[in-house]
Amino acid sequence: MALLVSTVAAATQQRGRLWWKQVRLLAKRPGDLTFRILTLVMVWVVLLVVVGVASVLLISSWPTIQTFGLSYLSNEAFDPIHDIYGVRPALFGTFVTSAFALVFAVPLGIGTALFLVEFCPRALRGPLAFLIDALAAIPSVVIGLWGFLAFAPWLQKTGEPWLQHYLGWLPFFQGTPRGLGLLAAGCVLTVMILPIMTSISREVLSTVPVEQREGLLALGATRWEVIRTVLLPYGRVGIAGAAILALGRALGETIAVTLVIGNQAAPPSANLFNTGYTLASVIANQFGEATPGLFMAAVLEAGLLLLLITLLTNILARLLLARLGGQKARGGLL
Amino acid sequence: MSQTTANPFEPPRSALSLRRQIATILVVVVSGLFALLAVAFLFYLIWYVTQQGSAYLNLDFFTQTPAPIGGTGGGVVTAIVGSVLVVGQASLIGIPLGLLTGIYLSEIGRGTFASAVRFLVDMLTGIPSIIFGLFIWILVVVPSHSFSGIAGAFALAIIMIPTVTRASEEVLRLVPHELREASAALGATSSRTILRVVLPAARNGIVTGIFLAIARVAGETAPLLMTAFGTPFFNTNLARPIDMLPLRIFNFTLSPYDAQIHQAYTGSFVLMLLVILASLAIRWATGGFRRQA
Repeated sequence: MALLVSTVAAATQQRGRLWWKQVRLLAKRPGDLTFRILTLVMVWVVLLVVVGVASVLLISSWPTIQTFGLSYLSNEAFDPIHDIYGVRPALFGTFVTSAFALVFAVPLGIGTALFLVEFCPRALRGPLAFLIDALAAIPSVVIGLWGFLAFAPWLQKTGEPWLQHYLGWLPFFQGTPRGLGLLAAGCVLTVMILPIMTSISREVLSTVPVEQREGLLALGATRWEVIRTVLLPYGRVGIAGAAILALGRALGETIAVTLVIGNQAAPPSANLFNTGYTLASVIANQFGEATPGLFMAAVLEAGLLLLLITLLTNILARLLLARLGGQKARGGLL
Repeated sequence: MSQTTANPFEPPRSALSLRRQIATILVVVVSGLFALLAVAFLFYLIWYVTQQGSAYLNLDFFTQTPAPIGGTGGGVVTAIVGSVLVVGQASLIGIPLGLLTGIYLSEIGRGTFASAVRFLVDMLTGIPSIIFGLFIWILVVVPSHSFSGIAGAFALAIIMIPTVTRASEEVLRLVPHELREASAALGATSSRTILRVVLPAARNGIVTGIFLAIARVAGETAPLLMTAFGTPFFNTNLARPIDMLPLRIFNFTLSPYDAQIHQAYTGSFVLMLLVILASLAIRWATGGFRRQA
């Protein structure tokens, strides 16, 4: 015991001495010291911001967490008259629209990535990749404007009646075509997450060792067989990571969705013609009316919920993409 | 015998059965169509906004304040000035924070603390921008009882941080280690090495990252709804609500008046043009299209 204590003490002392030595060295060079302190201060500010966002949201939504507990998740609406708040329709809208976007963006993204990696002429590869990334750079308010003024009216007049006529036996396409609604929001989200899905899948697929492909081609496999037996199995985990990262983007998209989703809750059903709202759009719509007290706390708890959901999806995606390394594994710069 | 002898290396005809060839052709066509679809949508969007917006593009748009509700004419000079002011202020806050954090991660930080910082900065990228709006709203706007341009700048600055940090960390890591060693061997202190040798070597990449961050926040709307808020009046005071281009587009899109909807298109056209020019410039600065391939 005494030996242990003395060992620990000696180790601490030595570490302390080393640290002290460093400080003394730095003190001899005031420029270095200032620079180091300045960087560390900035780093701590950044850390404080990240931790601050979570804790400020948690603290200021505490009244509703305490009052409603888990029933906040199942309550029907923001009702300031009876002072009852809940996000069930918002959760429903968020997940339906994001799932819809994922169902279409994943195959489209993988297909586009395969084309870019495998079949595209070399000269076209750079410009094509640039154009798809440029789609991600279009501000969401511009896509929202297109969705609200062009796409939704088109859906109402042409798209939704057509779907109803040919696919009306499905539960998704029922009732009066309204244009604005879950279907419009899902389509807009598909377009918005397609670039990140494509660009990360492309990165994942291009990490497949060339020898693997060459080996299989030398054995007489066709390009499709190379894709099926090498590229896709090898990239499976990374592509799943890309999809979850894209999901995170879809869950938090605000402006474009707010413009086209209708912002009125309908009873839960599989009907995509219904209007609805998402967690993000409920925040955007309600913060203006939020009076201090439960109402304001309820808006902030919606934000806290959205923060938790997106953090979880991002951590999961990062774990799946971990072996890629570099920018893209960390979600790209998009 | 004049008959040509069969090439012993030629695979037997049956090896490439029709079915296998058709499968490959099918995949080429389908994946090519998917790629075409994405690019076609981009071009359609550009065409749509250009065709709707450019007709109303005139000098008034850039020099006049918004017309009274229901009126025609007028411009969005308030929004343009506001955007420049708020994005400029956000850059003043966000760029030093992001850049120095990037320098810390690449040059100074080691061990668990640096990994934790890196992880949290990565997490910042995944958080939806409206959350930062909400954060600043409750922290700045609610206590001061007023929406303000500076609140908008704070929100945008947070959004800029991860882009700048990661771009600068990534670029600084590419600077050859020999440069640092040579500088140290000549007797330079570590801060002098970073400021005079490493940073200049990585300058182009860092500037690119900064432009990327600015281009990204210039089109950001959601966090501004609850911070800068927008106003139809000309205002350069960052302590008061201030108009910004994305906010103006958002409000005019929902407007019942044709004149305002036209201006929403024109605003979108201008914003999109800026973003596309910025991405072209960034691509050009980082070595053209060929290096991507």
